[in-house]
Amino acid sequence: MTELAATDPLPKPKRDIAPILLPIALALVTIPLIGSPSTWLTLTAASLAMGMMIFIMASGLTLVFGLMDVLNFGHGAFIAVGAYVATLVLAPFAASMQADSLWVNLAVLAPAALLSMAVSGALGLVVERVLILPVYGQHLKQILMTTGGLIVAEQTLYALWGPQIIPTPLPTSLRGSFILGDVALAKYRVLAMLIGLAVFIAIQLVLNRTKLGLLIRAGVENREMVEALGYRIRRLFLGVFMTGSALAGLGGVMWALYREQVHASMSDDLTVLIFIVVIIGGLGSIGGCFIGAILVAMVANYGGFLVPKLALVSNILLMVAILMWRPRGLYAVTSR
Amino acid sequence: MMILSGDPPRSRVLTLVLVLIILALAATPFLFPGAKALNVAANICVFAALVASYDLLLGYTGSVSFAHTMFYGIGSYAIAIALYGMGPNWAAVATGIVVGLPLAALLALAIGLFSLRVAAIFFAMITLAVASAFQVLASQLSWLTGGEDGRSFQLPELLRPGTVLISKNLFGYEINGRILTFYLVFAVSALMILALLRVVNSPFGRVLQAIRENRFRAEALGFRTVFHLTYANCLAALVAASAGILNALWLRYAGPDTSLSFSIMLDILLMVVIGGMGTIYGAIIGATIFILAQNYLQSLMGVASKAASEAGLPLLPGLLHPDRWLLWLGLLFIASVYFFPTGVVGRLRNGGSDKSAGASH
Repeated sequence: MTELAATDPLPKPKRDIAPILLPIALALVTIPLIGSPSTWLTLTAASLAMGMMIFIMASGLTLVFGLMDVLNFGHGAFIAVGAYVATLVLAPFAASMQADSLWVNLAVLAPAALLSMAVSGALGLVVERVLILPVYGQHLKQILMTTGGLIVAEQTLYALWGPQIIPTPLPTSLRGSFILGDVALAKYRVLAMLIGLAVFIAIQLVLNRTKLGLLIRAGVENREMVEALGYRIRRLFLGVFMTGSALAGLGGVMWALYREQVHASMSDDLTVLIFIVVIIGGLGSIGGCFIGAILVAMVANYGGFLVPKLALVSNILLMVAILMWRPRGLYAVTSR
Repeated sequence: MMILSGDPPRSRVLTLVLVLIILALAATPFLFPGAKALNVAANICVFAALVASYDLLLGYTGSVSFAHTMFYGIGSYAIAIALYGMGPNWAAVATGIVVGLPLAALLALAIGLFSLRVAAIFFAMITLAVASAFQVLASQLSWLTGGEDGRSFQLPELLRPGTVLISKNLFGYEINGRILTFYLVFAVSALMILALLRVVNSPFGRVLQAIRENRFRAEALGFRTVFHLTYANCLAALVAASAGILNALWLRYAGPDTSLSFSIMLDILLMVVIGGMGTIYGAIIGATIFILAQNYLQSLMGVASKAASEAGLPLLPGLLHPDRWLLWLGLLFIASVYFFPTGVVGRLRNGGSDKSAGASH
């Protein structure tokens, strides 16, 4: 053991970079397999955009689990609700959506997204108070209660909007692609990437640079200690839950525009995808969730291009492979 | 008490209800004429066994699996594909059983070993992911499974409705192949439920309950919890696959909607919770209540919806529409998890009070 002098900097925790290298390695390995560089670039851009959207939806879930040990099987409901609420704004202003001006389009899209986030966040408040509060600390009941909540939410959407698929066409200015040489980058994907990156950076800043973030991270690591220091972690958790729900709503809007349609069953498929991302990343870890989302999207895009038949089970295979490597996910932040 | 493995219903009302249900099921072909009643009764039998096997997981080990319909579907599809491909003979039935059951058990073993190796909390999520992948796979491999249409097939001669075994002149009732099939379903389901009762009351079952109550302590006592959980998982999968076989034999059809869909998984969850987790008997009660409600209450909802729309009420017609049946189920589900965690059986055993919450952890 070496003695530390008072002037020495505090020993920093070792940075674990292997997971960060994983998507980069995966991207590099596929270059020769795909062959054409322009196809590869298009696919990579597509996976990054898809990954960002999945990350936005999954980030809330992973924090909620990390902070409060709550397994929310109803997270997908916030996504679907967000998407449906957005159609409330998008449908009446369809004309401005078709206008060929980015600012006019955004003037409709931004309020739609904000309204979705507000409604999803408010729904998060209700769900937390009504469904999750009575069953804190009981995983079995949490799973059952939130599964019930998912069914009720999904069926209510059916009852209110009907079972048909609602089209949500992209606004005119976001259609088409930027052409750089022989690489085509879809405009909407670029936007999705930017929003996703902004959300990721915002979450990281809040978590790492503010007192609130310090409390959240401390709560993830050891809830009782934070409580013992006199902080009301329940309230903190409620805030995180609502933020996570709102982000899921935002993700829902983005996904709806990406797929150009809204359907109440969209939450089912996305729930599975989000679970895989959260498991891969390690429950409670934002960084792991980010990498996991990109990995899942990459496997879906590259896999879909190279071996279409495999795409059905590629996510499961990815999850199996990662859990064989690290049984608790890429970054195991909780001690549970 | 041998047949019940020393675990009687332990409540006079419960015993009475169970005896009534079983007698009614056994006598359905003679008491309630008509195809619908027989269908409902066969459905109750199949689901009672399926739900009992799920109870082994949920109620006795405390692990939530969302892959139970996958095993049910494997059984259904195995028998359907065998009978579809090989023609209606007993060799095909045997092939379906010989292929389907080990396949289900192997898959359960793989999922169990894999997901129990990683953090236990992942189990529910992993089973959900695997089950949804399997569902997609089954609808995509249409050359094998018939895709969304599923596979219809013919039963062996003996089990067909046209086969008259005992003519009407003898007892006043005609015993045909259909009724024979019903009794096959009834008997095999009853056997499986009794076998499960035996399992949960064996030393093995006690260890499962110990794991449910406190996994760490069970491990400290020297039990290999991973082995026990995986074994329970495989047993449950085997029974589920057998129930799937019965279901396919009864329907003469296997498809995504009748054997794989997520809504069946929810039905199973609901039946376990209504009946009472960790009791096995709860499966019979839960399945009976649920399937009767599904078959007879849904039409009532249709009437109510029509009445509401004629009265010009807003929203209500949509909410009461028979297709929104799941909405009310979801609400019922939440309410029963919250207010009656021990289910009907728990209530009856405790004489109305909810003191000892059996499997509520």
